[in-house]
Order: sequence, then C-alpha cells, then structure tokens
Amino acid sequence: MYLDFSGTFARSDLLLNGAIYTIVLSVVTVLLGLFVGIVGAAMRLSRSRILSGIAVAYVEIIRNTPFLVQIYIVYFGLPQLGIRISALVAAVLSLTLYAGAYITEIVRAGILTIPRGQIEAARTLGLGPWPTFRHVVMVPALSAIFPSLTSQFILIMLASSVVSVISVPELTGIANDIQGETFRSLEAFLVVAAIYLIITAAFKALYALIDRQLFSFRYLGR
Amino acid sequence: MVFQHFSLTHVGYLLQATQWTLLLSAIALVCGAILGAIVALARVSAFAPLRWLARAYIYVIQGTPLLVLLFIAYFGLADLGLNVRPLVAAGAGFTLYASAFLGEIWRGAVESVGRGQWEGSAALGLSWGLSMRYVVVPQALKVAIPPTVGFSVQVVKNTALASIVGFIELTRAGQIVSSATFQPLQVYLTVAAIYFVICSVLSHLSRLADRRINAEAE
Repeated sequence: MYLDFSGTFARSDLLLNGAIYTIVLSVVTVLLGLFVGIVGAAMRLSRSRILSGIAVAYVEIIRNTPFLVQIYIVYFGLPQLGIRISALVAAVLSLTLYAGAYITEIVRAGILTIPRGQIEAARTLGLGPWPTFRHVVMVPALSAIFPSLTSQFILIMLASSVVSVISVPELTGIANDIQGETFRSLEAFLVVAAIYLIITAAFKALYALIDRQLFSFRYLGR
Repeated sequence: MVFQHFSLTHVGYLLQATQWTLLLSAIALVCGAILGAIVALARVSAFAPLRWLARAYIYVIQGTPLLVLLFIAYFGLADLGLNVRPLVAAGAGFTLYASAFLGEIWRGAVESVGRGQWEGSAALGLSWGLSMRYVVVPQALKVAIPPTVGFSVQVVKNTALASIVGFIELTRAGQIVSSATFQPLQVYLTVAAIYFVICSVLSHLSRLADRRINAEAE
C-alpha cells in the first residue's frame, strides 16, 4: 500500500469550494432548522392537543427514520406528486426538516428549565411580556441548552455530507468527483476527512466564543 | 410494459433486506462495544498518554462524517490489498464509528460514579482493576444503559449509509425496487416505515430504561 496525494492536492481549489459549500449549507440549514425548532417547541408545549400532536409526530418520524431515506423521499418521491425541485432545494429542505426535529426537542427542554413561578414573579414585579420573555425566559433557557444546541449544529454539518448522494457539490461530493478523476479514492477521502475535522474545530471554537459573549454571567467569579 | 407494480412481493423483498440491516447493526454494536469499552477504559486511565490517545481517537471519529468514514474503511481495506465483501468493509467502518460514541458515553457513565467510591475501594485495598470491575462498572452500567440503547437507534438508522458503499440492506433494496417500479414515493415511504418500527421500539425501550433507573434512584 502506498499513498499518492498529488492528484488530490492538485485540486485544492475544488476542495476549497466544497468546504465553503458545506459551511454555507450547514449555516443556512442550522438557521432554518432553528426557526422550525422554535416553532416546533412552541407547538409541542401549546395547550392545543392537535398542535402538540403534530409536533410529536413530526419529531418522532424524523428521529426514527434514516436521513438518507428522508432525502430520497424528498428528492425522488415528491416529483411523483408533481412537485419538482432541484437537488439543492431538496438538500436544504431535507436538512432543515432533519435539523428542526432535533432542535425542537432541545428547545423544548430549554423552555421546561424555566419554572413558571419565575415568569409570574417577573410579571408581578411589573416587567412587560416582552422583557419577561427576553430576560427571564429566553436568555436563561438559551444558556441552559447552548451546549447541546451547538453539538447538534456540528452533527448537522457532518450530516450534510449525505446530500452528496443527490449530487450536491458539497465537500463529500467534491471528494467523489476527485476520486473519479484521480482513481486515488482513499487519498481523496482522507483529505476530505481532515477538512471536516478543521471545520468541526473551527465551529467549536466559534461556539465557545459566542458562549462567552452571550452568557458572560456563567463565567462570573471563576 | 416491463415496469412492475409496487406490490406485496416487493414488501417481502424489503423485509428480507431488513435482516441485513439488523445484522450490520448487530455487528456494529457488538464490535463497537468491545472496542468502545477499551476506548472508555483508556479515556479514564491513570496513564496520561493513553488518555490523550483515546481522546484524539474520539475527536477524530466524531468530527468526521460517518459517510466519509465508510468510504475510508471501504477504500482503505481495498488499498491494503484485502478484497473484502461490502459487509466486512461496512462492518469495519461502523465499528470505528460506534466505538468512539460508545466510548464517550461509557466514559461519562464511569465518571458519574463518585470519587468516594474509588477512595472507598482503595481504602479496602482493592487495586485499580478490581475497583473498576467490582465497584465502579456495576454502578456505571445502570447510568449507561439508556444512552446506549438510545445510541443503537442512531446505529440502525445510519446503517442506511452502507447502501452507498454497495452493501445490500434495506435502503439499497429500496433503491432496487424503486428503479424496477418507478414508484419511489411508495417504496421509500415503506422503507421509512420499516425503519420507524425498529427505531421506535428501541427509542421506547431507552425511555423506559431511563424512567425505571431514575425511579430507582429516588
């Protein structure tokens, strides 16, 4: 066994484009997924049986089926109903649905960490609904779930590699293209694995920075 | 017309392929558990370089997409001159994947056992190995069961990725039926339903175990 990385390294511009594609794709779907997750958690905790039932079904279905099969249903199944979408739209849609389900559960857990009494106390002290929501519910809840939320974001970034199967040119898709040209498959995937590790490390560092900025009160007195 | 219509025969074929999904999941969990136990032990060992090594291993595996890991296992084994069957290649990739996650879950479980227990067993004259075996692991096991069963859901779902490296399991069978019938929606919804049944049972077991263990602790 010998390794020859020259062909892969010669295509570093493609790899860079793939890495940027993966980063943009995962940031976009994380933001969309966050929106879906907040709506999902609100539905899940609402008094309406129907709304919470829909949210439960959504979370259970997404979490108990493979992401790959979800992509196939969106990309190959929907056209059968006359809904024709491009590979990129299918990728964003399925990644958002996937991310939204996990984020729903995390956000729900975060909201449940806030005792009702605290909200009532804030209202009694004369705080309006919005300031109460912002300072008494949102910031403490967000601070409680921030670690699990950000590790979920990393998992979503890693899961985005699967959309290469519908030929979206993100990092893993690029590796596939490169190995087709160089016939050095192992080398292409080893390099791409290293790039994913760098992206993971960069995101982790970024989240740690945001954590310190947003929740500085956690580090008081340390 | 040469197209087939999606029928019960196809569902039977999908169910047959489900056996391979279950077999691959079992291989991943059993081999992953053996390697994962070693990783967890290394991770909590008193010898620092061993801890760093286990930590780096977990970091690398958890920071790489499983799909890329599978490609590396698949092409890596081929490059070593081993002409292995797709089941072996996929099994190797999934073993690496499961060992890192189980290693990390079990490290957490071992660390959840209080320092006092270690000190107590040391005071009784037990060595590190004996303390681990008779004092710490039995207590850690309880904590570890719900997340371990929960992780098995991830393993079953993720075996779908083995279809991309040519292993014929449930998802690959779905692709085959889909291209024979041109009814991808029905086929993939059926495939999803089969996964859903297996995974919901496991998810439910995990929650049940969690509740029972928490009830015991109170």
